[in-house]
Amino acid sequence: MIAESMYQELILEHYKRPQGRGLREPYDAEVHHVNPTCGDEVTLRVKLADGGKVQDVSYDGQGCSISQAAASVLHDLATGSTVEESLAVVDEFTRLMQGRGQVEADEDVLGDAVAFAGVAKFPARVKCALLAWMAYKDAVLRSQEAM
Amino acid sequence: MTSTDVQPTAGTGGLDVERIRKDFPILARELPGGRPLVYLDSANSSQKPVQVIDTMREHLMSHYGNVGRALHALGSESTEAYESARDKIAAFVGAPSREEVIFTKNASEAINLVAYAFGNPTNTDERFRLGPGDEIVISEMEHHSNIVPWQLLAQRTGATLRWFPVTDEGRLDITGLDELVNERTRIVSIVHQSNVLGTVNSVSPILARAREVGALMMLDASQSVPHQAVDVRELGVDFLAFTGHKMVGPSGIGVLWGRRELLDAMPPFLGGGEMIEAVWMDRSTYAPVPHKFEAGTPPIVEAIGLGAAVDYLTSVGMDQVKRHERALTAYALDALAEIPGLRIIGPRGVVARGGTVSFVLDGIHPHDVGQILDDVYGIAVRVGHHCARPLHLRFGIPATTRTSFYLYNTTDEIDALVRGLHHVQKVFG
Repeated sequence: MIAESMYQELILEHYKRPQGRGLREPYDAEVHHVNPTCGDEVTLRVKLADGGKVQDVSYDGQGCSISQAAASVLHDLATGSTVEESLAVVDEFTRLMQGRGQVEADEDVLGDAVAFAGVAKFPARVKCALLAWMAYKDAVLRSQEAM
Repeated sequence: MTSTDVQPTAGTGGLDVERIRKDFPILARELPGGRPLVYLDSANSSQKPVQVIDTMREHLMSHYGNVGRALHALGSESTEAYESARDKIAAFVGAPSREEVIFTKNASEAINLVAYAFGNPTNTDERFRLGPGDEIVISEMEHHSNIVPWQLLAQRTGATLRWFPVTDEGRLDITGLDELVNERTRIVSIVHQSNVLGTVNSVSPILARAREVGALMMLDASQSVPHQAVDVRELGVDFLAFTGHKMVGPSGIGVLWGRRELLDAMPPFLGGGEMIEAVWMDRSTYAPVPHKFEAGTPPIVEAIGLGAAVDYLTSVGMDQVKRHERALTAYALDALAEIPGLRIIGPRGVVARGGTVSFVLDGIHPHDVGQILDDVYGIAVRVGHHCARPLHLRFGIPATTRTSFYLYNTTDEIDALVRGLHHVQKVFG
């Protein structure tokens, strides 16, 4: 029962009670990303503040538990941190997801996102986990361009 | 019809499922972790009986050569086997002539082949004239393979693409038939049995209207030919497309059946070897059908395998197959209706529907459903939009979980599915 280990309690918690869900004003950039193979989608907004801080990450979307929980965890991790820190987490998360289950996760960097380690063993689901995170990276870049 | 009195297990309903399952060795395999396989994904692709596997193996071992062009003994044995597969398939769908059976690589190619004939400058036949102001009619319940080729055709020619809507129950809504199919309509192409809803469409009223306005009519029969007796003369349409891998045959082989006089009027789709009569540097003349449409070395062993698949289905009896699936479907519809929060997308009864049942579970995404079913119970279903995205948009849902039955499935497997779904609800509840 490999998949049951993929559905960590923390993932199910975030899926059932998503953090920071819903699109909010103000924002610097909004992006819309889709996963054409399964139809999962996310709309995500980023508001940056002075001092390189991320003031808010708001989002809405539809999809499986993995994609929705990943967006919720992202919200928790990125909001209030600096752009630089959050992008480092995105990079580490991407490395973990694309590691086919062979990559040792850096829990110090990833925090709660380490719960997704089991997803990396399911190539078909990696895109679900990465959807919101790739959208976030895109939105941050656009926010910085807009500034 | 009530369903609980029908138990399609060994010795009942006429079909000996236990014996049939022995013909499909894959059904007895174990998945990693010792899970038994519960294969409920035959609408996606069916499994293959030893009779098909052995025929293909035997051909490769002892008879293989190229077809139609090799004069040696193997060449003629291969050609004979390949052409005899055509005979079998022609008989299976009641084709008036064997030349009307064109081997393609799948149903998609068959539909593209027909679409290519319309509005084509090399085709002067009036029946295929298509341009601005003309209309193509499909439906909202089509597989992408019966949507995209017509979109491409509309873009090429400036013709207008229109479609039948689908009712809340998952039936074709033909209340607007007379307006939708009109003097501007050149071709109507609809699915015979929906790959999502299971709905079996009634062809005759649409065909009658198409005939009235002088339009041609095509059926995507990919999901009907494997599951019920289909006779092209009885149906009366102009073209029929289906595919081998969904009817216990191999992948890589599909069929276009078309009325001879239309096929004769149509331009070649692919140019290449064996589709010609004579070639000069600046022009060619073409072989008669079916070879006009079979450019290049065809999927020889796959065609022969499909012939064996047709033999297998015929030996079981298509009416038996249909009766068995109907009993399974009735059983499944009843069992699924008992699950709280489960909504079936498609007809709730067995009338004019096949053994494909799609559903959504409240608050649980189909990908999560499919993952747990597979990983915990070895149950193979399909999740997603099943290449019918517009239909899912119509119902306002991104995806469904789809279970689909065939001659080798049992009520035990449906029970396993129901247990699996209860567990899924526990995990995500």
